[in-house]
Amino acid sequence: MTSMTERHKKLEKNITLLGVCAFLAVIVGGIVEIAPLFWIDNTIEKVEGMRPYTPLEQAGRDIYVREGCYVCHSQMIRPFRDEVERYGHYSLAAESMYDHPFQWGSERTGPDLARVGNRYSDSWHVQHLTNPQSVVPESIMPKFGFLAQNDLQVHDIAANLTALRHVGVPYSDKDIELAAADLKAQADPDADAGDFLKRYPEAQIRDFDGDPKRLTEMDALVAYLQMLGTLVDVNGAAAQEELASEHGR
Amino acid sequence: MADTTNSPASAGRRFDEATQTETVGHEWDGIEELNTPLPRWWLWTFYACIVFALGYTVVYPAWPGIHSATQGVFGWTSRGQLASELDAQAATRAKAVAGLADLPIEQLPQHPELMRAAVAGGAAAFKVNCVQCHGSGAAGSKGYPNLNDDDWLWGGDLKTIETTLIHGVRQPGDDMTRQSMMPNFGTDGLLDAGQISAVASYVLSLSGKEKPSAMTQAGAKVFAENCAVCHGDTAKGNRELGAPNLTDAIWLDGGAKADLVAQITHPHHGVMPAWGTRLDPVTIKMLAAYVHSLGGGEEFQAPAVATGAAPAEAATQAVE
Repeated sequence: MTSMTERHKKLEKNITLLGVCAFLAVIVGGIVEIAPLFWIDNTIEKVEGMRPYTPLEQAGRDIYVREGCYVCHSQMIRPFRDEVERYGHYSLAAESMYDHPFQWGSERTGPDLARVGNRYSDSWHVQHLTNPQSVVPESIMPKFGFLAQNDLQVHDIAANLTALRHVGVPYSDKDIELAAADLKAQADPDADAGDFLKRYPEAQIRDFDGDPKRLTEMDALVAYLQMLGTLVDVNGAAAQEELASEHGR
Repeated sequence: MADTTNSPASAGRRFDEATQTETVGHEWDGIEELNTPLPRWWLWTFYACIVFALGYTVVYPAWPGIHSATQGVFGWTSRGQLASELDAQAATRAKAVAGLADLPIEQLPQHPELMRAAVAGGAAAFKVNCVQCHGSGAAGSKGYPNLNDDDWLWGGDLKTIETTLIHGVRQPGDDMTRQSMMPNFGTDGLLDAGQISAVASYVLSLSGKEKPSAMTQAGAKVFAENCAVCHGDTAKGNRELGAPNLTDAIWLDGGAKADLVAQITHPHHGVMPAWGTRLDPVTIKMLAAYVHSLGGGEEFQAPAVATGAAPAEAATQAVE
């Protein structure tokens, strides 16, 4: 007992030794809590329908991050009755598998947006972003009308997709080659989109901001919002069966 | 402070004279530190927490393994808990839901108890699905109809409201959706700016917002030739086409002259989702009952909703 106390005194008096041992102690905690997530099976459920974001959606996502939407809006429906009844089926980990960075958020000042896609019309989104209080008088959301004035300027969308591919998003060579063309084609219903819909199933092609002559930041953001939560059929029989068989969380 | 070394304890242990508490043995310029033991209650609470935590990891999912974590002896899952909460909630509503499922909506007014349940359920569903456009008090806003008044675009009896809910407004892919398209009188060159201004003045004069003048007389002619086919000769509207009544003080897209000119030039065509593909039939019945209850709900026999009343009667007879 005494020798233990004596040895501990050495630790207390040597700042370097104390630092190293404290670090080791934290590492053990980290390994026990984090490392198993990389190998146990139920970290990410297997679901069908996930695909990488289209260039336009990705550009909208970048605007979502730039404007700090995540500061007030989460994108994760927790398995609680109040959230499920309001927002829909709880979020699955696989639904954010291509998110870099993820937008789960933690502050829930505004409503959760994980399944906001296809819930409202494009014109509702444009009106709401331009003047939120015009449709939701009690809202405290700031106005984002300037997005409709700004032309969408993405310096090099192909480079963005390449960077995402480096961190594991499965964009094909063709996706990257055609990225700039895809970006424009998705907001133009009259353009020849080629095999865009084959490469990005369930993508929505239309003019999103109500101004078909221009490709604006509003187009990109609304395109992103309108696809959120629309890829995976979480209420489908197969997904429900898979979820029902899960245990241990 | 030298006398503290003469404490009653054995050699090597030093006690503070004033409190008789052992010191930790350090000394900095004559200042020493008491080694006050932790309060017993605190220490035992601490040990109890450790024991509790160990038990907790046995009872609930915790320890990671090769393929999965331990499941815990209770077999608890957050999703299972959610499912049981939803089931329990569904059970409390089961009676009303079963009653509503079998009941044609035309007969709902004869069952006050079910009606009350439907209105309450509809109020909840409205807050989830409808308030974003129609507002939390269902008062609507510019471009989104107010549901509290008795001015209906497509009809205001229970059955008609239900039909509008199921099929939506201007929803592509739904054959029975509420469909109408006011032409782009301005942007398609059907009327020139002077005619549009005149007809806007005429329409405003119908509800007394503008005094009759040469302008409104010219507008009346334009109205008769271009607008009366849908809005009617008396501008009272036509619910089969969703053409609004223009003689009242209720304006969907704004009642200022500039709003009217904008609407005639390049009309705004409102949309509503076809809720039949998103919500179950009982929830839609509840929503219809709630919207009907807001103040403007109409009876089935109202002459203005003859199209809605006919199938309603047929359904009633079929059930009887």
